[in-house]
Amino acid sequence: MNPGATDQATAWSVASGPRGRGASSNQWRKRLEITFFVAPALLLFAIFVIVPVLQAGRYSVFNWNGLGPLDNFVGLQNYVQALGDEIFQRAVRNNLTIAFFSIAIQLPIGIMVALLLNRKFRGQTAMRVIVFVPYVLAEVVAGVVWVLILQPNGPLDAVLDTLGLGFIGQVWLGDPSVALWTVMGVLTWKYSGLAIVLLLAGLQGVPEELHEAASIDGATWWQVQRKITIPLLGPTIRTWIFLSLIGSLQLFDMVWILTKGGPVNATVTMATYLINQGTDRQQYGYASAVAILLFCISFILAILYQTLFLNRDAGVDKPRRKKVTR
Amino acid sequence: MTSIVAPPSRGSRTSGARSASGSRRRVSPLVYIASVFIALVTLSPVIYAVLGGFRSNGQLAESPAGLPSPWIFTNYISVITSSSFWQYGLNSMIIAAVTTALVVVAGVMAAYPLARYRFKGRQALFNVFVLGLLFPLTVAIIPLFLMVRDLGLTNSYWGVALPQAAFALPMTIVILRPFLMALPNELEEAAMLDGASRIGFFWRILIPLSGPGMVTVGVLAFVASWNGYLLPLLFLNDPALKTLPLGVADFSTQYSADTAGVLAFTSLAIIPALVFFLTMQKRIVSGLQGAVKG
Repeated sequence: MNPGATDQATAWSVASGPRGRGASSNQWRKRLEITFFVAPALLLFAIFVIVPVLQAGRYSVFNWNGLGPLDNFVGLQNYVQALGDEIFQRAVRNNLTIAFFSIAIQLPIGIMVALLLNRKFRGQTAMRVIVFVPYVLAEVVAGVVWVLILQPNGPLDAVLDTLGLGFIGQVWLGDPSVALWTVMGVLTWKYSGLAIVLLLAGLQGVPEELHEAASIDGATWWQVQRKITIPLLGPTIRTWIFLSLIGSLQLFDMVWILTKGGPVNATVTMATYLINQGTDRQQYGYASAVAILLFCISFILAILYQTLFLNRDAGVDKPRRKKVTR
Repeated sequence: MTSIVAPPSRGSRTSGARSASGSRRRVSPLVYIASVFIALVTLSPVIYAVLGGFRSNGQLAESPAGLPSPWIFTNYISVITSSSFWQYGLNSMIIAAVTTALVVVAGVMAAYPLARYRFKGRQALFNVFVLGLLFPLTVAIIPLFLMVRDLGLTNSYWGVALPQAAFALPMTIVILRPFLMALPNELEEAAMLDGASRIGFFWRILIPLSGPGMVTVGVLAFVASWNGYLLPLLFLNDPALKTLPLGVADFSTQYSADTAGVLAFTSLAIIPALVFFLTMQKRIVSGLQGAVKG
């Protein structure tokens, strides 16, 4: 308690004072209430999130196949093995590639489409619903359909042929040099809707008066967007980038259905590698080390991103001016 | 911004009555062309799946991107009349409902003191939950798998719903806390003057007012559970307990030669989720904006 804080707690204790309850019993009662309210969530969270994460850390220093006692202590050997493993290195590279291109492709798409759908026109409401459809489809279900669409001589190739673009045709998911980009394309289709909807929500917060003032000042639609709307979307954009980054690093479902990480590990991600090692090969100790590495990489990037971008004053970005050289 | 008032450019209408309705200028045909293109790209996989379900494998092989001719209903009928499809759907429904109930109840209870009580360690406690955002399911999946096995919860609804709810909690609390903070303090003062306790305030005022917030986090948790794959994949081996995504994946590998059947099965798996989402979309978006319109 900080004295002098005019919060509800003090208000309540003052109010109940005259009713003959002392401050100390009030304190005690408050603690009980807090415990009561927080307990269910904290229990659930401790048992199913915190304990397993700590366990993963523990398993990661043993060589263990999930059966029998944990007695083959190997120290950091699992970590050394993972970091030196070519497939794991490739997985990290793939994850970073996916993270980079997810942001680089989806952000412009998201901004363009959000600006488009922010204008009033017939069918605007329907469009807002349509763009979010891929995002709510289950990854697995969408993945199964995409596998069929991308099969050799499948509908995609047929459409390309019809358009006279037959030469683009590839073995989309079977060619190691193409598969990652194919997966990237499917991910773009799947997740752009989230960027669009979040940015649209952010656009609601841009006051109409600003637009009007700018257009009265003779700014064109494009100038208004560039100088006013997009800078005001700064906080929304930064939040979305953060979500996208973390999601990309933890990617599993879509890749597992599309390629299982293949062909020849071309699309392996840290998560698919981990599941492969753990469930298919019973290498629980080693897979746990991979899990901890996955967490560390996510954590470091998240902290870096937070300190670089998110810790600015939440609020309106100043439009970029000429740098003041000191 | 410059403070120089430029003369209004040609064609910009500055009639007061107009400006009230926002930027309602004449919409250029480009907007419609772009919209049609976006809608096509977005929906084509879904359209392909739904229409493909009405075609025979022969038709699909002959012209992969064609329309049904003639329309065939046997694929859909055989899926609808198969008991396994309904069983998968029911399993998904139960697991998602249990997950959502757990998340919303535990989440709103925890968010209340974190939002409206002052106590030592409040920020620390909140940070513990926020840290959970950084722990993806994958990091914990192996210990979870072994724990669920040891608890004897493998092949049970609880084995999937409990961990799913636990992993959905951080997001829930992060969304609900500012939502509850935004409710005006006057409410609390009024309740207090009327002699309500804090618990009474929680039940009578906070819960009814945080409906929109709870719907938002509930929908997010429901969709995540409905679409979840990793936990059911590892924890449910019993065909009688499998969820819809597992069913779709299994069906597509088992009958990989029967493309039309797979498409029919997939389309029917898509529809309930889409319908649910379309009815909920406004709530999600308004929830994302944190709009409090009690």
